[in-house]
Amino acid sequence: MKIHEYQAKALLAARGIAVPQGRMATSPAEAEAAVRPLIEATGVPVVVVKSQIHAGGRGKGRFVEHPDLGGVNVVLEGRAGDVAAAEARVLALAERMLGSTLVTVQTGPEGKLVQRLYVEQGIDIERELYVSVVLDRSVGRNVVMASTEGGTEIEEVAAATPEKIVREEVDPAVGLAGFQARRLAFALGLQGEAFARGVAFLTALERAASDLDADMVEINPLVVTGAGEVLALDAKVSIDQNALFRHADVVALRDLSEEDPAEVEASNYGLSFIKLEGSIGCLVNGAGLAMSTMDIIQHVGGSPANFLDVGGGATTENVTAAFKIITRDPNVKGIFVNIFGGIMRCDTIANGVVAAVRDVGLGVPLVVRLEGTNVELGREIIEGAGIPGLVSASDMKDGARKIVELTR
Amino acid sequence: MSRFVDIHTRVLVQGLGKVGQFHSDRAIAYGTNMVGAVHPGRGGSHHRFEGESDASGVPGRPARYAVDLPVYDTVREAVAATGANASVIYVPPAGAADAIMEAAEAGIPLIVCITEGIPVQDMVRAKRYLQGKATRLIGPNCPGVITPQQCKIGIMPGYIHRPGRVGVVSRSGTLTYEAVKQLSDVGLGQTTAVGIGGDPVNGTNFVDVLAEFQADPETEAVILIGEIGGSAEEDAAAWIEKHMTKPVAGFIAGTTAPPGKRMGHAGAIISGGQGTAAEKIAALEAAGVVVAPTPTDMAAAVQQAMRQAGIL
Repeated sequence: MKIHEYQAKALLAARGIAVPQGRMATSPAEAEAAVRPLIEATGVPVVVVKSQIHAGGRGKGRFVEHPDLGGVNVVLEGRAGDVAAAEARVLALAERMLGSTLVTVQTGPEGKLVQRLYVEQGIDIERELYVSVVLDRSVGRNVVMASTEGGTEIEEVAAATPEKIVREEVDPAVGLAGFQARRLAFALGLQGEAFARGVAFLTALERAASDLDADMVEINPLVVTGAGEVLALDAKVSIDQNALFRHADVVALRDLSEEDPAEVEASNYGLSFIKLEGSIGCLVNGAGLAMSTMDIIQHVGGSPANFLDVGGGATTENVTAAFKIITRDPNVKGIFVNIFGGIMRCDTIANGVVAAVRDVGLGVPLVVRLEGTNVELGREIIEGAGIPGLVSASDMKDGARKIVELTR
Repeated sequence: MSRFVDIHTRVLVQGLGKVGQFHSDRAIAYGTNMVGAVHPGRGGSHHRFEGESDASGVPGRPARYAVDLPVYDTVREAVAATGANASVIYVPPAGAADAIMEAAEAGIPLIVCITEGIPVQDMVRAKRYLQGKATRLIGPNCPGVITPQQCKIGIMPGYIHRPGRVGVVSRSGTLTYEAVKQLSDVGLGQTTAVGIGGDPVNGTNFVDVLAEFQADPETEAVILIGEIGGSAEEDAAAWIEKHMTKPVAGFIAGTTAPPGKRMGHAGAIISGGQGTAAEKIAALEAAGVVVAPTPTDMAAAVQQAMRQAGIL
């Protein structure tokens, strides 16, 4: 589960990680009101107004409505001691940023609507570094990665100068050991006060990642200030979906407006659904089969409208919900139901499909391929329902060809 | 003789909830030698399983079965009482990693964890716990392992399997069933089918299973079914190139998967441009694996690989 930068920083700060001070705002008035207390609390006359969306590259991103405006803006007007000027500038920025659409390298061309801003204290940056905690699947352990190339996408660093990335594998029984944190801090070129703070930062960061069940914690940039402080200037945290049952505080941070409504609805029915751009809706059981159903549609010249795995324990009700979600997409010109019944019985799927068609109607061609447990019963149900426009398929490839032909 | 499970395997089930009961019943119907159950709090009781035997399972059994499976509070007690040498886990996600560790601690040599949705960090710790122990973990988030007509551990439909010549290893449940049914339909059958699971941290990987199939005299060819995410397929390709003398066919799901999205399985995600289907297919083909263009062609790919090797 993804969360916003300001939420990530609050979670990290609560676990002893140094972050700048800031306030979240959902209206221009709130943004304006954040300025004075922030300047007074920190003694820093500079503030930064940052768009909060679930995507990176905000600084270099631009608003569709205001092509001259970036997603992150530094407000210097308060430097002469004129807090009112800083407030006026933040108000003007917030009025343009909130409710506008920010396009970054990670949002795709359609961009993301900015509904929250984070007004944060300005930081006197001396150095920009990089640190993250991620799972290394090949060893089944977390690794802490660090690089002196902060502010750049880590994938770019990995491609151009892989020697500038250092890694420490974490033994889950120990956590990040002291010597490992020191090795990383040395590799980052930290010295004096900053070295001790860096070691503490790295140790706390790894512990937080583990405590929070984070899929990923990325601090880019990690900054060293002129005064030798070590701070998370940005923070990206995503939490393991499977561990949310033990993190009620994190669940409360979920921002549904950042997610695709159809994907949210599907997840409420225990369906795994991902919207794509094509025209053929897919209803499949099993993740591997669902992926390869998309692949085979493309292989025979079509394009899939979605990934949909109804899972192993789906009921007629789930299947009906899945069917409705698929048919609601106006791009969908045809539907391919592809089921290999293992635990999932074919008659359950058949009943779900028939119930859904009766309920919502069928405006597009439908190809059904059933195989596996109770397949005969499933086929009888489908054929007995007499659904006009329904075509049966003998195997996956046959089904994919039929639906692609029917939608041409 | 199979490398993972056979007619002599003595199986314990951990987690006798609805799912555990249903699949234990199916396993007993198939003829799997289920010797006990572990369900904390229900120790000392028995759970009755009865019904019609699965005709596709172990041959030479009566038409009906009736078993009173003894239930234990702990795996250690269950092992002492039954001599179990394998365990299958249906414990819900929050307790599944603990169940894996309990089974390993009790000295069970083969643990098959079916549970989907275990927190990644729980598996990181469980995997660490297994280090240095003589226990093999298969899964989690997998269909299980089956040697046709000898032993079925897991949730796969037994009747699609036939004893035969091909070893099947896969990250996906339903794609395993596709491959198995095709292999049965063309008369090749299976020696053993192993689902290694769709999670990012698992116990047994492609390379481990390939090594077992390579060493198994009955396995003549192998099909490996992978998907996007991670580098297990690339590791397998490297191993095949170096060590595998038997023909290998393959299939990779997720050619059309968008980057950064988890495709159903927790481990099926292209992140930072890594783990794409194209990379995996290229690695396997470079290692001489016949990669099926679609799942419908999986048995055909095995046949082609076997013909190229002169064994078909």
